[in-house]
Amino acid sequence: MDTAELLAMYEQMVLIRRTEKAAHDLFLQGLVKGTTHLAAGHEAIAVGASAALRADDYVFATYRGHHHALARGAGPEECLAELMSRATGLCGAKGGSMHLTKAATGMLGSYAIVGAHLPMAAGAAWSARLRGTGQIAVAFFGDGATNIGAFHEALNLAAVWKLPVLFICENNLYMEYTPIADVTAVARPAADRAPAYGIPGESVDGNDVVAVRDTVARLAQRARAGDGPALLEAATYRHFGHSRSDPAAYRPAEEVERWLKHDPLDIARGRLTELGVPAETVTAADERAREAVRQAVDAAKNAPAPEPGAALTDVWADGGAAWRT
Amino acid sequence: MADVITYREAVAEGIAREMRRDAAVVCLGEDIGAAGGVFKTTAGLIEEFGPERVWDTPISEQAIVGAAMGAAMTGMRPVAEIMFSDFLACCWDYLANEIPKVRYMTGGQVTVPLVVRTANGGGLGFGAQHSQATENWALTVPGLKIAAPATPADVVGLMAAAIRSDDPVVFFEHKGLLASKGAPAPPDHVVELGRAAVVREGADVTLVALAAMVPLALRAAALLAEEGVEAEVVDLRCLVPLDMRTVLASLARTSRLVTVEENPYQGGWGATVVSVVADEGFGLLDAPVRRVAGECVPLPFADALEERVIPTVDKVVAAVRDLTAY
Repeated sequence: MDTAELLAMYEQMVLIRRTEKAAHDLFLQGLVKGTTHLAAGHEAIAVGASAALRADDYVFATYRGHHHALARGAGPEECLAELMSRATGLCGAKGGSMHLTKAATGMLGSYAIVGAHLPMAAGAAWSARLRGTGQIAVAFFGDGATNIGAFHEALNLAAVWKLPVLFICENNLYMEYTPIADVTAVARPAADRAPAYGIPGESVDGNDVVAVRDTVARLAQRARAGDGPALLEAATYRHFGHSRSDPAAYRPAEEVERWLKHDPLDIARGRLTELGVPAETVTAADERAREAVRQAVDAAKNAPAPEPGAALTDVWADGGAAWRT
Repeated sequence: MADVITYREAVAEGIAREMRRDAAVVCLGEDIGAAGGVFKTTAGLIEEFGPERVWDTPISEQAIVGAAMGAAMTGMRPVAEIMFSDFLACCWDYLANEIPKVRYMTGGQVTVPLVVRTANGGGLGFGAQHSQATENWALTVPGLKIAAPATPADVVGLMAAAIRSDDPVVFFEHKGLLASKGAPAPPDHVVELGRAAVVREGADVTLVALAAMVPLALRAAALLAEEGVEAEVVDLRCLVPLDMRTVLASLARTSRLVTVEENPYQGGWGATVVSVVADEGFGLLDAPVRRVAGECVPLPFADALEERVIPTVDKVVAAVRDLTAY
């Protein structure tokens, strides 16, 4: 294990955790409108997977996608500015929390219709194959998406066309407010479906960044070699409720406590200690992440609101929105 | 070159021309490969371009259009076929929520240069789930361009413009026109999206039509001419962009307006045309406007019932007579 790489992954996870905490605080201060779906607790999946991917691979995420945007090259300032409706936001404040996108780094969008992006990821993988670039595509999605038709259509198409795409399920046990187990006929909502499509279906501890990285690296290599898609189910837990208005009171206290003790940051910190990384080195990483987010919050707060005229741009490729002559 | 070409042949010809000039153009859809398409509108493509550019899909409309979107976002120019336009409802999320919004909600970061082709419309007795004229569905969604050609040459020209467009285009091929014949398209023929054609000149009334309603309006105009009424017929060709300039200019010559729409009256494109005329061209009118449109019922099966529900030459002639007598 390369300690520098693990330390970098740890710092990125802390940065994501801090950004999510900032988003939560800013929401309570009335500076983030609409809603947010925080991914605190899911950091190891985004960071571990990203560490296993090439810089030019494609990533598609869901409305709970802050962590993927940050892990795939978006900065905390542009993400928070987007949440705070600032002109400097990732999407010019036209997207908001549920649509963080940074196409330049292959973060091809966060989609708020559950499951919709799985066929898109298959299409991006198809395109990579047609262009012979060796890229792969990854779709991250929640357990709830596994009961959507688009999930099954995407898996079948990817399997029969042998596309270089990974479907990575973040199973946090709850489909919004309802336990996924209550509404799903199989125990592992993602991995157990894989045999039906003749593709590998694996499970991983989604809170262990090293396990995620290693598993994704293996499946990515397989996909790049032309052996087709795979389905990975990463077990994790969200620290907040489904969205900002959900205190998650439906979750048993014992369950919450058990999962909070299985925190991805603690697990990574434990691995760093095992590898002999000094405590002050870890603390310094914590401090850098904390400071980066503090500065990002300040910068986003000071950024201007978008010009109202921007509402009538970007419908068409020519930059405009005209529907008639 | 043949003297005439069928509309269905023009579809394959239009796609093939673009596939020859741009390696990024690929096709996907149900039965489009060896079968040549259930309407034979992709006949010959797999023979010329091979299975790496013409892909048969499972019956999975969400996967077809979703994958086309992902490919379009990453450097390809996919042409996806949804066999019957009624089936657009199966992938409506992509047409209503994903494809038309992604550029906007990402602040212009993403381009989606794809074409969704589909066989549209009634008149062939296919029943309620294979006969609808659904162009008005797409019209309700900001961010989709809509083409609906009426002639073989326009099929080729609009197909070229649609495939070259950096914006998503829904391309409605009318089932009732597939066997119709017309002049072949000249080499390098491109019909700009959003440019209507005046296909018959006349001074007494403007008939605005689309796709299969264009030849129907022309037949009505021929009957009206026998009565001394000269109808000008405007083929819109596209609903987005909507060429209101041509409609208003025609109205300035004729002062009377009838829209001829196959889609249901409720929510049809004619309502948009008429509302723009009311807003910007009211002073040009010497009579009320009329909309000859589909009835607001599911399409029935029997010929006699279907004819009662969708526009006919007689209904158009009656509407015009009503206006000229006003």
